[in-house]
Amino acid sequence: MADGSRPVEDLHLRNLSKKFGDVAAVDDLTLTIPAGSFFALLGASGCGKTTTLRMVAGLEDPTGGTISIGDKDITGLRAFERPVNTVFQSYALFPHLDIFENVAFGLRRRKVKDVSAQVEQMLALVELGPMARRKPAQLSGGQQQRVAVARALINRPDVLLLDEPLGALDLKLRRQMQIELKRIQVEVGTTFVHVTHDQEEAMTMADTVAVMNSGRIEQLGHPADIYELPRTVFVANFLGQSNLIQGAPAGHSGDDVLVSAFGETFAVPAARSFAVGTDVIVGVRPEKMTILDLVDEHRVPEAHNRVHGRVTDVSYTGVSTQYLVMTPWDQELIVFEQNVVVGDRCEVGDEVVVHWSTQHTFGLDGSAGTSVGVDPEVLALEAAAQALIADAPES
Amino acid sequence: MVAVVPTSAAAQPASVMAQRRGRTGYLLLFPGMAWLAVFFAIPFVTLFLTSLQKPIPGKPGKYTSGLQFSNYADALVEYWPQFLRSFVYAGIATLLALVIAYPLAYFIAFRAGRWRGLMLVLVIAPSFASFLLRTYAWKTILADEGVITSTLNSLHLLPDGRILNTGIAVVAGLTYNFLPFMILPLYAALERVDPRLIEAAGDLYASPQTAFRKVTWPLSMPGVVAGTLLTFIPAAGDYINAELLGSTKDRMIGNVIQTNFIEFRDYPTASALSIVLMAAILVLVFTYIRRAGTEDLV
Repeated sequence: MADGSRPVEDLHLRNLSKKFGDVAAVDDLTLTIPAGSFFALLGASGCGKTTTLRMVAGLEDPTGGTISIGDKDITGLRAFERPVNTVFQSYALFPHLDIFENVAFGLRRRKVKDVSAQVEQMLALVELGPMARRKPAQLSGGQQQRVAVARALINRPDVLLLDEPLGALDLKLRRQMQIELKRIQVEVGTTFVHVTHDQEEAMTMADTVAVMNSGRIEQLGHPADIYELPRTVFVANFLGQSNLIQGAPAGHSGDDVLVSAFGETFAVPAARSFAVGTDVIVGVRPEKMTILDLVDEHRVPEAHNRVHGRVTDVSYTGVSTQYLVMTPWDQELIVFEQNVVVGDRCEVGDEVVVHWSTQHTFGLDGSAGTSVGVDPEVLALEAAAQALIADAPES
Repeated sequence: MVAVVPTSAAAQPASVMAQRRGRTGYLLLFPGMAWLAVFFAIPFVTLFLTSLQKPIPGKPGKYTSGLQFSNYADALVEYWPQFLRSFVYAGIATLLALVIAYPLAYFIAFRAGRWRGLMLVLVIAPSFASFLLRTYAWKTILADEGVITSTLNSLHLLPDGRILNTGIAVVAGLTYNFLPFMILPLYAALERVDPRLIEAAGDLYASPQTAFRKVTWPLSMPGVVAGTLLTFIPAAGDYINAELLGSTKDRMIGNVIQTNFIEFRDYPTASALSIVLMAAILVLVFTYIRRAGTEDLV
C-alpha cells in the first residue's frame, strides 16, 4: 500500500529472456512499468506473458536479462525474498487453512506484529469479514478470488502480479470483479501487473496495455490509443476486430499516403501509416464504417475512403447491427452500425457502398498477410465454411 | 431427500423407485457383510468364548466353556514385557519407516517425472517374493560374518558385537517388511498436493523449509496417518521377524500367542492375549487419530 513509509518505484525489465530448450518463451524483453500503474500484459496463450510474470515473481529463472524495482536488482533473489506478491490463476489458496490464516500467511512468515487487525482490515476491504473462519472450499469462486487478492495485497508488495485472476469466473462475475479489482488498485495505489488473454478485460482495467506475441511486445500504450491506432497486423486482429485490405503503396496526396488495392485507392494519413516495404495493408475498425445503399452514394463525403459491395449477412444485436459486405474481390468486410436511424436498414443482397473517414484509416506493414493474430480456430472455422459452400450442390 | 426421477420412469410411483433403490443397496452390501460375518464376526466370538474357557482337570490341552475372566489377568501378568516390547519395536519400526519413506514418496510424487511409474513398481516389487523368504534373506544380510556387521564392528558401534538375534535385527526386519505400506499412502497423499500451493507459499515469504512445514507436511498428514497405521498395526502383531531375526529375549506378543496356540495348546491364554492385543491397538489408534486431527483435513 502506498503508505508513505516506502516510496513505490517503477518495475524495470531489461533484455529479459527465457528459453525452454530451443524455444524462446520470452525474447529480449525491455519494459518499464510505472509505479502505481495498472499494467496489463495481453496475449494469446503461449505468447510468453505468464512466463514474464513468473520471472518477476521469482518462480522462473530468466535465461538472460535483469529485473529491478527502482534501483534494486531483484533478478538473483528467490521468490520468498522479493517484495512482490502474486494472485495465482487457480488462486492456490491453502486448503488446510481458514480464510483468516490464508490472508495472514505472508504476515506470519515475516513475523509482523498486529496480524489480526491487519487481516481484519484487509478482509473488510475485499468484503469478506464474516467469512474469516471458513475454509477455502466453502467459498464461491468469486469469494476465493477476493481471498487470493487479499492474501497477496496484505503484504503491501511493491508490485502485485495477477495471473489471469478472473479466468475461472463466469462472465457476469468477471465483469463485476474487473470493476472491483480496479477499485482496490486505485484505493491502495500499488503497481498491478495483470496477465490476461481477454482483451476486453485488459482494456477495461489497465492504464497501459502491452500486447505480447511470440515472446515480444508488439505494441504498448493506453488501451484507447492501441485500439484506435494499431501498429501491427497482429494487434489490429488480436485487439478487437479490424477490416484489413492488402494493397501496395501508390504515392502521396498532401498529408496522406495512398494505397492501391484491387483497383481502388485508399488514403491513409501519413502519421497513421506504419508500412515500410512494398506490401501495405489498409485497415479500419468495423464501427468506424458507414453503410449506404448504392443509390445514396452521392452522400458519401468526398474525402472518405469507400468500398462497393453486396450485403451477405445482417445480424441485429440490439445496440448495433452487424453487416457482412462482400467486396468485388471476394473479401468479406465487417461493419457495425449503431441502431440510431429509424427506418430502413440494409438487407441481404443489397448493393451498398461502405465508407469511412481517412482519419480512422491506418496503414500497416503487409509482408506477413492479413490474418496474423486472428484466432487459429476462427481461421479454421472460416476455411471449413468456405469448403462447405464450395461443396454445396447448385440448387 | 427428494429423489430425482428420470423421465422414463416418471410413470412409476416414487415410492416403488425408492424401494428398489434400497434393495439394490442391500444387495450390493451383501457380499461384504457376508464376508465380515464368516471371517470376522464368527471367529471373533469364538475367540472371545475360547478366551474364557477353563481347563478340564486331568486332561491337559482340553478345555471346557466357562467364564474364567482370570485368564486375562494371568496372561497380562505373565506376558506384559512381550506386550510392551511389541509396541516399542513396532513404534520404532514405524518411525524408521516414516523417516525412510517420506523423502522417497516425496521424490516420486514431485521429482520422478516419467520414472514415477517405474519407481512405484520397484517399491512393490519385493512383495512379489514371499514375506518369509525376504525375512530369511535378512538373516544373511545381518549375519555375524556379513559385511554390515563386520563393518559396524570394526567401528565399535555394536554393543553386543552382533546384529542378528538382537532387537536391532527385529526392528530392521519389521521396518523393511512394512515399508511399502508406508510409502504408498504417503505417495498417494503427496501426489495430491498441488505444487502451485508450494509456489504460493514461496511467493508469500515462506522459505522452502517453512513452505514444507506449513503447507506440504500438513497437507500430507492423511498419508502420514494412514501409513503409520498400516505399518504399526501389522508390525505390533508380527511374530515372523522376531522368530527369525531375534533371540528368545526379543520375543514379541505375536510369538507368545503363536507358541501358546501351537506348542502349549493353551488356547484360553492365547485367545485372551489376542483380544487384549486387538483392544490395545484399537485404543492406540483412536487416540492417535484424535491427536493427529486428520478429520479436519480434506
